[in-house]
Amino acid sequence: MMWRVGTVVALHDETPTARTITLQVADWPSHVAGQHVDVRLTAPDGYSAVRSYSLASAPNAEGRVELTVECLADGEVSPYLTQELAVGERLELRGPIGGWFVWRSRQTEPIQLIAGGSGIVPLMGMIRSRAAAGGTEPFRLLYSVKEPGAVIYRDELQAISDRVDSVTLAYVYTRATPRGWPRPPGRIDASVIAETTWSSKLIPTCYVCGPTSFVESAAALLVACGNRPDKIRTERFGPTGGRK
Amino acid sequence: MSSPNYDYLDGNAAAGELSKVFAVDITTAAGRCAECGTTKCLAEAHLYMHGPGLVARCPACEHVLLRLVNVREHMFLDVRGMIYLRLDTSRSQQAS
Amino acid sequence: MGTVSRGFFGRRTVADVKLPPGQYLTTDFPVLSAGPTPKIALEKWEFTVDDGTNVLRRWNWKSFRELPTENITADLHCVTRWSKLGTHWEGVSLDTILGEIESDAEYAVVRSYGDYTTNLPLADLRNKQAWIAFRFDDEDLAPEHGGPARLLIPHLYLWKSAKWVRGIRLMHEDQPGFWESLGYHDYGDPWREQRYSGDE
Repeated sequence: MMWRVGTVVALHDETPTARTITLQVADWPSHVAGQHVDVRLTAPDGYSAVRSYSLASAPNAEGRVELTVECLADGEVSPYLTQELAVGERLELRGPIGGWFVWRSRQTEPIQLIAGGSGIVPLMGMIRSRAAAGGTEPFRLLYSVKEPGAVIYRDELQAISDRVDSVTLAYVYTRATPRGWPRPPGRIDASVIAETTWSSKLIPTCYVCGPTSFVESAAALLVACGNRPDKIRTERFGPTGGRK
Repeated sequence: MSSPNYDYLDGNAAAGELSKVFAVDITTAAGRCAECGTTKCLAEAHLYMHGPGLVARCPACEHVLLRLVNVREHMFLDVRGMIYLRLDTSRSQQAS
Repeated sequence: MGTVSRGFFGRRTVADVKLPPGQYLTTDFPVLSAGPTPKIALEKWEFTVDDGTNVLRRWNWKSFRELPTENITADLHCVTRWSKLGTHWEGVSLDTILGEIESDAEYAVVRSYGDYTTNLPLADLRNKQAWIAFRFDDEDLAPEHGGPARLLIPHLYLWKSAKWVRGIRLMHEDQPGFWESLGYHDYGDPWREQRYSGDE
């Protein structure tokens, strides 16, 4: 798998800390929803750092690659990508990578997506992939964030969930909720799973992504309510929710 | 004796490195732990990387399944922690 | 060399200090591990010196903490290229630990809770070069940095300063440890840049 160079064609701030980087990559071999790329930064003296970022964009034939990066305060790469990188500059990437945490439109079973914080990125890639293909596969998304301002892709998710035959959306707020929210702030627990996710009797395929502790907890809850472990796919972003 | 510190990634994060070695996507490959016999695909392994090398551990017993070190133009790979790796070599599973 | 990213320097800070070749100065304290952080109850903690057959010395936490301690200021050099200068520790000197042990063993393997090991010449543990450290920056050593106690041997790359140390085995032959068996140098002198096996 070789390193390719992408040119930054657009930057968009999703939240105060998360930015989407749109790259144009020549000879991009297309990708499958859920895959990621390795991004390599090289300093003028040759020092380099490599981090993985999930592909946010739906597969397309134009070589367009979108990454959404959450800035981690003590990160080495994410502050550069979210604050320093400018349109017109170039970025090295390797990929697309991964064959396990992927969704393909030939899958017809109900799909349960569970995102913690920036774990929404690959799942959004799946949602966009489904939309681009005009798919009507039954999708549910449970999205856990600290507070309303932390929701990435809020408007797009709203628009998608307003459509018929679409993705059913549920939010969980762990630190601060919108005014009038029926549930006090708190983490995903068994009752949230029971109320918002596909019944395990439907044998959904579940994709869980986010900080490692979030993923372990959510996956355990899915198993506890009857989902088979081999129907649960996970992608862990490490202790702080990002690969720094 | 060990507690989950949630400081690990999973095998998905190793896929880029391992693509230098394996022509097929290794994260979907099933590995049988030599210590406890648990057989899971490598995407589910607990991955410790960004240190001197990459270490993939069994999610059930934390035994080392695989270790990888890049030394300049060479890569050292130790897979003794697995009794086997079962790779899908059908065309549809080729890594891009 | 890859495509250069304008304005990217990583975590490094510019400094006028002299660092070992290929190292960069950092002000934070990265946590790098080969495995999960062991959780060791102090009432179960033990440190032993053995020769592979017999236990020559054994301490529990109580008896270990009765040993005389020293304050150490050390520069740390990690093989992943970061260096952190002037770190403050408190620990028990290996001269105290090895005490009057008489042995014709020339090497040692340092063993940790979990499965980590590292090897080095026994002489490098003696003569005020190594400590079993249990306090960092005036606080109990945090688990992610090797607490309750770790080896601190600053004249070698930091992978030799084994975290969660549990004992030392005296050896007649050099036996490569966790990283040394997979391409890293058996000795690891940062000033001679002995990162990988075969480096002079």
